[in-house]
Amino acid sequence: MNRIQQLFTQKQSNILSVYFTAGFPELNSTVRIIKLLQEHGVDMIEIGMPFSDPLADGNVIQHSSTVALRNGMTVSLLFSQLENIRKTVTIPLLLMGYINPVLQYGVEKFCESCKHVGIDGVILPDLPLHEYIKDYKHIFDAYGIQNILLISPQTEEQRIRMIDEHTNAFIYMVSSSSTTGTKSQFSDEQIQYFKRIQSMQLQNPLLVGFGISNTETFKQVCLYTHGAIVGSACIKALEKEGTLEQNISEFVASIKE
Amino acid sequence: MKYTIDEHGYYGKFGGAYIPELLYPNIKELEDNYIRIIESESFKSEFKELLKDYVGRPSPLTYAKRLSEKYNTHIYLKREDVNHTGSHKINNTIGQILLAKALGKKRIIAETGAGQHGVATATVCALMGMQCTVHMGETDVKRQMPNVLRMKMLGATVVPAMSGNRTLKDAGNEAFRDWINNPTETHYLLGSVVGPHPYPDMVARFQAVISEEIQWQLQEKTGNTLPNYVIACIGGGSNAMGAFYHFLEHESVQLIAVEAAGLGVNSGETAASIAKGSIGVIQGAKTMLMQTNDGQIIEPYSISAGLDYPGIGPAHAHFHDIGRTTVLNATDHEALQAAFELTRLEGIIPAIESAHALAALPKIQFTKNDIVVVNISGRGDKDMDTYIANMDTYC
Repeated sequence: MNRIQQLFTQKQSNILSVYFTAGFPELNSTVRIIKLLQEHGVDMIEIGMPFSDPLADGNVIQHSSTVALRNGMTVSLLFSQLENIRKTVTIPLLLMGYINPVLQYGVEKFCESCKHVGIDGVILPDLPLHEYIKDYKHIFDAYGIQNILLISPQTEEQRIRMIDEHTNAFIYMVSSSSTTGTKSQFSDEQIQYFKRIQSMQLQNPLLVGFGISNTETFKQVCLYTHGAIVGSACIKALEKEGTLEQNISEFVASIKE
Repeated sequence: MKYTIDEHGYYGKFGGAYIPELLYPNIKELEDNYIRIIESESFKSEFKELLKDYVGRPSPLTYAKRLSEKYNTHIYLKREDVNHTGSHKINNTIGQILLAKALGKKRIIAETGAGQHGVATATVCALMGMQCTVHMGETDVKRQMPNVLRMKMLGATVVPAMSGNRTLKDAGNEAFRDWINNPTETHYLLGSVVGPHPYPDMVARFQAVISEEIQWQLQEKTGNTLPNYVIACIGGGSNAMGAFYHFLEHESVQLIAVEAAGLGVNSGETAASIAKGSIGVIQGAKTMLMQTNDGQIIEPYSISAGLDYPGIGPAHAHFHDIGRTTVLNATDHEALQAAFELTRLEGIIPAIESAHALAALPKIQFTKNDIVVVNISGRGDKDMDTYIANMDTYC
């Protein structure tokens, strides 16, 4: 059983997964942020690999990627920063980013490095299911790296079932048809969508991402799913004045109370 | 099969659809329907009629007598510059607006570099009474102001893209984001043979009219449908794709694609994606692109906003890979020289993009009996500020 499966076995509700961009706000803040998030009770972390052209992201994450790249963040550097992460961090860790930097690093080498430093899963929004199955699944499987797939309100039932079949960790449920960070409250339509997916009784747990920024939205999605993924709100918090410790402590409290 | 897509939307090892799941339903809808729609009789007749009566096709094939004398060969100019809205871009926008209508879409979005595709999109939206939003890099908004104003007059909303270098690539990113945020009633009217499958193939089919006409026009003028050379500039590659399309299978025809070298291929300020690129994924397609060792996309540079793109259509990456095309490049300086040369020899002011194709003429050893077709993809009205600024140097 991988760390992600273990987490969902131990805890079925109110799971908080947090996204932040590696190399932001400072090049070397990555490891410190991971440790602080764990200390403050976050259940899982998605470490963003910055990309120059993040198609699926809104302004906040775009900005953090630009800053991280300007700071000098690269995939290789990130793996070296994470070299000893498993000495202190026990919660599941994922890498999230776009396919091109992974292709240039080399897909096999990437999976090998993930396994080496203790990364449990990967989220690559622009690697769709068919391309993944065709060219990359066997490599991910060989190294035991979970590829997390996304669904949106527009995803048809049959496709959701197919995605469920090819996943062994959780399903990343995008809350609305939008780029990251653009909505602040859930509509009735979105609630209907959460209920609809809940009633499908999928084999994988569901985590909702995009648009969760406070206690209210966190609680709301937890009614229907296993928990939530918060990204933009964390990036905003990291940029505030004050120490990382203060900012992360306040941020986690603002979601979980 | 060598020159067309396979069942996964690949040209050889290039192409595919690397899109976020959020766009999957949109792309799937297009993929499932585009062939059926564009091959239907009603679509074909409406497309043909609009190209004739609205765009003004066929565009002329002009024998360039004085240019031919200068290069000691026979040069014909395919005059996409005389199309309505001033470039080849209208061929594709007419096709896609009919497709969007057939799919029941209400709103059109587009990206634009030089503004030619933006104007062509705003035009067909006015014609069809569709809502139109054009994303354009802020840098390009400044350097192509006449086209921005034309789009506004046509009723389009022009949204300046503020990310990256604020040029064509960034406008494309914003258009994709717009589509993610507005997935159901919006059609993304992509302007080149780039992006995820089925765009490269779909846009190629709409631009194929260029080479279809060249064939019969050459037959009339020379008694032969096949030239020795077809030369076109290439950014994303839609005009080149249109000019090459019907000649791909005829291997006696040398196909020359000319990239924008900017200040020079090795200057660090260039948009030559084949010369300086490597294989990767950009805006939904696996193709050749300019990138760092870490896979970050390098901001391109060219004097020409329409060629200022760090990638290239996957078909062109494939044609180059298998040796079907020869890819040359031209610097800003060479393009300006070629633009002034055509203006003074033939009385045609070309778009700065098309001037890159003309700049290949001195780089090729023609024989005096060769038939050379150069695609003049657009006219130079939008580039007057650039030309005026350089008049003293080049006249």
